[in-house]
Amino acid sequence: MAAPSNRRPGFSRRAQYGNFFGYIAAVAGLVVGVILLVVSTGNAGAFSGLRTVAADSTAPAAKVAAGARTGSQSLWQVLAGYFTSGARVARLEHEVAESRVRLAEQAALIEENARLKAMLGLTQGDQRPVIVTRMIGSTSSSTRRFATIGAGTSQGVRTGMAVRSPLGVVGRVIEVGASSARLLLVTDTDSSIPVRRASDGIQGYANGLGNGTVQIRLSTTGLNTLRAGDAIVTSGSGGIYRPGEAVAVVVSLTPDGAIARPLSDPGQTEFVAVEPLFEEIAEPAGPTARPSTAGKR
Amino acid sequence: MPPPLPSALRQFGKPRINRTASPVLAFATPWLLVMLGSLSPSWPVIASAPVLPPFGFLLLVGWQQLRPGLFPVWAGWPLGMFDDLFSGQPIGSAVVLWSLTMLALDFLEHGFPWRGFLLNWLVASAFIAAYLFLALQFANLAGSAAGAMVLLPQLAVAILAYPITARLVGLADKFRLIPIRSI
Repeated sequence: MAAPSNRRPGFSRRAQYGNFFGYIAAVAGLVVGVILLVVSTGNAGAFSGLRTVAADSTAPAAKVAAGARTGSQSLWQVLAGYFTSGARVARLEHEVAESRVRLAEQAALIEENARLKAMLGLTQGDQRPVIVTRMIGSTSSSTRRFATIGAGTSQGVRTGMAVRSPLGVVGRVIEVGASSARLLLVTDTDSSIPVRRASDGIQGYANGLGNGTVQIRLSTTGLNTLRAGDAIVTSGSGGIYRPGEAVAVVVSLTPDGAIARPLSDPGQTEFVAVEPLFEEIAEPAGPTARPSTAGKR
Repeated sequence: MPPPLPSALRQFGKPRINRTASPVLAFATPWLLVMLGSLSPSWPVIASAPVLPPFGFLLLVGWQQLRPGLFPVWAGWPLGMFDDLFSGQPIGSAVVLWSLTMLALDFLEHGFPWRGFLLNWLVASAFIAAYLFLALQFANLAGSAAGAMVLLPQLAVAILAYPITARLVGLADKFRLIPIRSI
């Protein structure tokens, strides 16, 4: 039923005032909202306490839901598999043949690497993750790409830690609550990761585009030597991500770089590993470290 | 011919003698439903691009169009504040946009009281488009730099999802008025 066109609710003074103050409250809310917006856009960390408390409070339920997610996803994959199996088998067989060769090369490289490291007297740092946890949610309706994981300060997660899945870099921790933490995904437009091409080490940056892909910008200007299918890995400069972790694969070229698709689709990832802060470990072994601090860790 | 429903189920939601709707349920359902919609970032969908419609906003518009005046005009800011905690937008974005939406829908309601569902859908689509675009601008103010083209798939999904959420609101409205309290 349509409301009467006259907004006056009747002869009751009380109802009239209630109506009036309702509008006042609505406009006041609007003004407060503008102020909040100004504060929070000026300072991204503002209200992070509120947000983390909210994320902590919904984390237990979200963890249960996250368990159901992988189940439902595999169902869809099974259904889709019926339509694409023939082509996929052929492609996969081809890939396996290629991979065997690569694997042999890789084994040789690992052996050589170990030998060289032993020669230099470098030891592998403690690479064990801080914790392996579930991805429990992402801001799927906002243009900002944040995700929530089910571990926080009580599990040793700290701001700035890199998060990866078995397939590659997922993002890094930007806000930590007691039992949940918020990640900045690599596809967020605020995310910029120093990367290099895996094959030859051309340096560049991977900037998120907000639509599920990243833009690769090379530090070398002029010639764009990227090709579709190139693997992009972290270069390790900047100190957040360890060098050599897979980030993305180039899918199409742009005049000054390329569009690449992240390898670790967060939607396909159930468990992620939070890695210890890279700088703390790398600093003593770095070339600028003084000899006196070399033994400390 | 389908078997008849059990009589208990057939009586569900129908007015009955000496039974009335529970005031708690009647009052709380709309608020809780919108807040559940705002919790959609905790749903088991992890997306690397904005693809899900803003369910909280869709439900707010749905309630406002089905039952104008059920929410007070100022409902935009508390619900928007709750949405901001989870949506990933800078805090204040939904407070502003939801407050504006409530005021604008209230104005429309009094200006054009007789509307069909198609017109409601059209109005809701315009609101969704404006909401997504302005939310993007607010997110960009806070340091991101996504282009408006990122929104197009999400906008299409949100506009197509509106009738479903409106249906859901209708169901919740029936649920809210189930006569369970004896008088």
